[in-house]
Amino acid sequence: MQIGMLYSRIRRDEKLLLSELRERGHDVVKIDVRKRRFGLDEPPGGIGECDLVLDRCLATSRSRYVTRFVDQYDVPVVNHPETAEVCADKAHNSLVLADAGIPTPATEVAFTKEAALEAIESFGYPCVLKPIVGSWGRLMAKVDSRNAAEAILEHKETLGHYEHKVFYVQEFVEKPGRDIRVVAVDGEPVGAMARSSDHWLTNAAQGAETERIDLNDEMRDLVARASDAVGGGLLGVDLMETGDSYTVHEVNHTVEFKALNEIAETDVPSAVVDWLEERARVGREATV
Amino acid sequence: MTECIECGADVTLHDNLEVGEIVDCATCGAELEVLGTGPVELDSAPELEEDWGE
Repeated sequence: MQIGMLYSRIRRDEKLLLSELRERGHDVVKIDVRKRRFGLDEPPGGIGECDLVLDRCLATSRSRYVTRFVDQYDVPVVNHPETAEVCADKAHNSLVLADAGIPTPATEVAFTKEAALEAIESFGYPCVLKPIVGSWGRLMAKVDSRNAAEAILEHKETLGHYEHKVFYVQEFVEKPGRDIRVVAVDGEPVGAMARSSDHWLTNAAQGAETERIDLNDEMRDLVARASDAVGGGLLGVDLMETGDSYTVHEVNHTVEFKALNEIAETDVPSAVVDWLEERARVGREATV
Repeated sequence: MTECIECGADVTLHDNLEVGEIVDCATCGAELEVLGTGPVELDSAPELEEDWGE
């Protein structure tokens, strides 16, 4: 099969996928989105011939647009642009999870410093302020006091980009020093890990320790429902333990899996490529 | 081996180098993007941007 890979930086994750695809004899077309132009009708060279295009763009903005263009060219693309659209924006992500009845942290969005402060005060301290677009735990703030809240809001208001004036305020979930990342394909878990840290942020990118974790039925059900809610695909579903249950705080659409691959029982790139082959086969049959 | 464009030191490269990959210069710590593999061509890697990440 001819598989396209949209990218702007080849991380360890992309190398694992490239190796697996090539070992299976697939013709891989690497598409550096920084060097291409995307018109309204005709795909740039190499894309139109692909059985499937996999989006592995590092930049969310590129991911959102380029998947939309590839979809417009009637070339199957994963993840779907609608999934990218939902997952790229934390507010959108929260709305979709809540709409599907999936437990997710209480969240409010406000558009002025004053309204955001009211939201923070209503949650009480500590609570959390997050950028609506962002990753790797960057620009996340645990707000411990009114003084801190006022300072953070003032800083956000002066950061410049309009997105920082969309204040996303969330309850602080007392998790047991870890959260859980599940990598799943169309809701079926490939592997899961707990990410532990003494810091309140437990992102692997922030240096959290990772260990393999077995999923119970409740977790599997939440992963399947969260995947459905955002439109399915290759996803990273993040859960927190809340004592006797779980809450889903985020679903990621260009999931990194290298940390999971080092500890998982499953060969993650192999499982992902199995799924890609199936998606390509289904896409091809649909066009015949 | 190829030369770091930041400090001029030799950069050790592994075998399965991939265009688009980032390698670190062990001498100055610069992040370098692989622009070509035959012959190897390196340039400064782009700075981290706000919307990067999963």
